[in-house]
Parts: sequence; structure tokens; C-alpha cells
Amino acid sequence: MATSVDRIPAKPARPSRAGTGSPPPRRIPLPILLAGLCLALPVSLVCGAGLGASGLSWAEVLRYLWAGLTGGAIGPDEVSAYTIVWELRLSRAVLAAIVGAGLSAIGVAVQAMVRNALADPFVLGISSGAAVGANAVLIFGALGALGIWALSTAAFVSALLAMLLVYAVARTERGLTPLRLVLTGTAMYYGFSAVTTFMVFAAERGEAARSAMMWLLGSLSGANWASVPIAAGAVLAGLAHLGWSAQRLNALAMGDETAAALGVDPGRLRKELFLVSAAVTGAVVAVSGAIGFVGLMVPHAVRMLVGADHRRVLLVAPLAGAVLLIWVDILSRVVLAPAELPVGVLTAVIGVPCFILLMRRRSYSFGGI
Amino acid sequence: MRIDIDALTVETAGARLVDEVTLGAGEGQLVGLVGPNGSGKSTLLRCVYRALRPSSGTVRIGGDDFHALSTREGARRLAALPQDAVVEFDFTVAEIVAMGRMPHQGPMARATDEDRDRCTEALDGVGAAHLAERGFLTLSGGERQRVLIARALAQQPRVLVLDEPTNHLDIAHQLEILALVRGSGLTVLTALHDLNLAALHCDLIHVIDGGRIVASGAPYDVLTTELLAEVFGVRAHRVAHPETGALQLLFDLPRARPATP
Repeated sequence: MATSVDRIPAKPARPSRAGTGSPPPRRIPLPILLAGLCLALPVSLVCGAGLGASGLSWAEVLRYLWAGLTGGAIGPDEVSAYTIVWELRLSRAVLAAIVGAGLSAIGVAVQAMVRNALADPFVLGISSGAAVGANAVLIFGALGALGIWALSTAAFVSALLAMLLVYAVARTERGLTPLRLVLTGTAMYYGFSAVTTFMVFAAERGEAARSAMMWLLGSLSGANWASVPIAAGAVLAGLAHLGWSAQRLNALAMGDETAAALGVDPGRLRKELFLVSAAVTGAVVAVSGAIGFVGLMVPHAVRMLVGADHRRVLLVAPLAGAVLLIWVDILSRVVLAPAELPVGVLTAVIGVPCFILLMRRRSYSFGGI
Repeated sequence: MRIDIDALTVETAGARLVDEVTLGAGEGQLVGLVGPNGSGKSTLLRCVYRALRPSSGTVRIGGDDFHALSTREGARRLAALPQDAVVEFDFTVAEIVAMGRMPHQGPMARATDEDRDRCTEALDGVGAAHLAERGFLTLSGGERQRVLIARALAQQPRVLVLDEPTNHLDIAHQLEILALVRGSGLTVLTALHDLNLAALHCDLIHVIDGGRIVASGAPYDVLTTELLAEVFGVRAHRVAHPETGALQLLFDLPRARPATP
């Protein structure tokens, strides 16, 4: 009896480059990458403390850092130099690391949550909500009773209010769907931005408008040790949750139905991610303003290095983001010293060309339902 | 493991997409779900793999109410290939197959030897071992579907649910995919568009129309010319496969567009 058609051996699989034409994975071994970043982080922090306009020698810088770490003594004539290194520069570098780590990790999470490679932490409209509160403080002196805490409190509270608003609008009986989240977040972004712009426009004092602008573009110039613990706590808690959820994020990135079939409740996971993203974004934006492009670029760069598996991406992205932002902040201080560039300007200067290269190298699909 | 669907109903915005559907698939059977576009096939299957909660009715897997099981326990019994395989990020084939091990792992657990063995086995089983390090997005449609089946097999389920697994594939890959599924020995419930494929491969066919099951049975008994005229609005001739004698259908070209209900 002749062979029936289903017993004809299948042709060997043809390699096909049809797809979306993405390059074959080119990867750096994970341990080497992690070791390099773990080394780069403290080195970058020291550089952050050492580099700047005041021309201190490295020996002095290291001695002040040692004194700060161990509580050692310094001479009375060194107080101002010590203050620059320990109080101003190091706190700023540490905060840059925290903000960079937070924005990068949340960028990864948001991209998986809305299943869109072009999303970033700000696509949910939360940062622009925070900007409304921050500018109310900067321009109109709202919450004056809270003193130095007024700005970050206002930013964080308005970030949470913005989150509730986005959540309430985006929610359907089927839960949070990716496209609705992106559309709602984008609409809210424009709404809140209009409010902020109006506030800047209505500001009577030119200096207030200038600091509002600085805040909108993102800046770490307001850094001090007091702002570190809350931001660090929020970012570390967020990183812990995301690390815990890494494999579930993989499933979610494959589609809601596939996730459900793999035993992951996509609605519940998306709710968790939304809360974590909003809280971390709020905490980060409260201390640094809306620093753009880090949350978009770092996740992509890391995926190119280690592949799409979130268990690896979420290990590398926070470290890479931390190191990147420390250096971007150093540049923002020294390029036009003694004047200071908003950090957001530099991330955009670096980010936009990278982004365009990326877009040309890979063809993305939009919408991502 | 048996799968039993009892009086399953799905209502959204007042419309009954699935209406009191009752059907079953016995241990090791390959059961086809056929019906015109919009008849409720996908909605029904979504309830079975729990992407959708039915308005009423039950799905039982191995006798237990599936919607009462934990999501992990559920995913250890049943694996599915939904239609939504739009992948935005460039996972490798090995990573995608490894996701099938999720229901067997804790959230932070590293892959064990057992996990790796199952993944290798699954990829071998679908003849895709050589693709392991390739990016999923670089694969052809047929390769992608084989990889997704490998992921489902790595899940070590007892039941496999497939929603149009042969969509967009050329004929050789259609036959290959169904042979793979058949060869798995699992209880399989699959939606199929191609009635001849269904007639060749299925032990049992359920015909769904307007959310209701209108016929169930062996392909030869179910796919009658009367039923095909009524449900699909086509004129068909039943012929025997010249070699195997299996039922095959030949369709007349429509002279005028038949009225569809």
C-alpha cells in the first residue's frame, strides 16, 4: 500500500528570515556582565563624588569618603570640601543610582505589562500627574508648612492621585487591557501637561518658572541624604516584587491567553504591576523630576545584550540604569560648569539617536494587543 | 484524562456567545470542534483554558471542576495553544519552551535537571531541537507552531486544547502539526476550520453553530451533506479517500450566495 500523505517525511525546516527581521541573539555571558556592572557601580559612585567643578584631588576625595563612611575626623578647614564631596556629590550620585535603577526596572515592567516595546514608566501618565503637584509647590508655594518635604510630598501624592484616575478610567469589566492603559495614560499625560504648562505660564516669578522647567526635564540638583531613604525603599521593594514576578512577566509578554494557559492570572498580575510601577515612579519622580529616556532605552539595550527573558533582564537593567544615570548626572554637572544642564536634556541627547537607530534596526509592531 | 463540559454558557452584553454547551472528550481522544466563523468555538475554548470565566456551567478535567482548581494545578493538567501568539519581545525558542515548566516551578526557582530534560524532550518531540537557540521572531509560521506545541508538551499536561492550530500554515505543515498532536497521546480538544483535516484526524467531532452544539459523533456520521448545507451553507459531496477510505468532502462552487442564518 502506498504511503498516505501524512506519512511523507516533512521537508527539513527552511530557515526563514521573514518574521520581523530581528537579528539573531548576540549575547554577553550573564556572569561577566553582572560582575562588570557590580564593579562599575561603586567606581561610578566614587567618580560621582570626585568629579566636579571644585578641583579637589582624588586623594582628598577618597579621604573624605572614608571619613564619611567610617565617621572619622576631618580638620576644621576641610569642612566645606567635605560637605561638597559627602553631602552634595555623593548623595547626588547615590540618588542618581536609585533613580536610574528604578526607572530602568519599571520600564521593563511597563513594557511587558502593556505588551508594547515603546512604553516607558511615564506612559501611564503618572509622572505628569506628579509634575502638577510639584509645580504647585515650586510656583505657588503650596504645602509651605512641610518645608523641604513639600516638593517630594506634593509630587508623590499627586502621582498617586494620577494613578487612581488612570486606573479608574482604564479599568473595564475585563480588567486592565494593554491598549486601554496606554491610551488612557497618554490622554492623561496631555491633560496633566496642560495644567503644568498653564501653571508655568501663570507664574509671576521668573525664577519659579525656571525651577519648574528644570523639574519637568528632570534634575538631581535637589539631591540630599534626606531624600535617599524613601526613594531607596520604594525602588528596592519594587525590584523585589519584579524579581519575584520575572517568570510571570515572561508569560504575560506572550499574551493574556497564553499567560492564562500557563497558570498566570493576567488581570491580577497587571494590577500588581500597575501598583508597583505607580508607586516606584511616584517615589522616583518626587526626588528627581521626570527624567526621560532612561526607562525606555535601558530596557532595550539590556534586551539586546542578554535577550528577552525577564529573569535576566531584571537582574541587569537596574544595575545598568544606575551606572548610566550616575554618569549622565556627572556630565550634566561638568559639561557647562559651573552652570548645570537638566539631566533630562542629556538623556534625550543620548537617547534620541539610540532610539532612532533601534527603530531602524528592528521593525516593531505597534498596539500590542 | 477526560474533559467534560457541562451546560456551559457565556453571555456578554446580553448576547449569548455560547449557549448551554455540553460535550466531552475521552482519555486519549482527539476531538474536533468545527463551526462557521463567529459560531463560538474560540469563546468556548477560552473558557476551557480559563482565559474567560463562563456565565454558568462547568468544565471538568479528570472529574474535578477546573475553575475551582488553583491556576498552577490547572496548568499542570491542561495546556493550551491560544490564537494570540503575538510576541513583542525576541525570546529564544529555548526560553519559550522553558515557560511551559512554570506550573511546575516556584516563582524564584532555578531550572532543575528535570525541567531541562522535559524541555529537550519536548523540542525533540516536535523535531525542533535544532531551533533551540534561534529567536522566535525569526521562525516561519510552521516552525513557530511546532515550538508552541513543544511549550505545551513541556508543561506535561494530561489535556491539550488548541484553537485553530493549523491557521496560516501550508498543507504540509497542517498535516505535520496534527500528526504531532495525535502522536502526543494526550486528550486533545481542538478547533479546526478545515473539515477534511477534521474528518481525517478526529475521533469525534462536535459541530457548533450560533453558540450551540448541533451535532456530535464520528466524522462519518456527523459531516453529512444536510448538516454542511445547513450549518456552513455549502453544497458538499462525500467521497472516500482512494487509499484509506476515510471520509473526505468535495465542495461545489457557489452559484449564488447561499443565505446564511
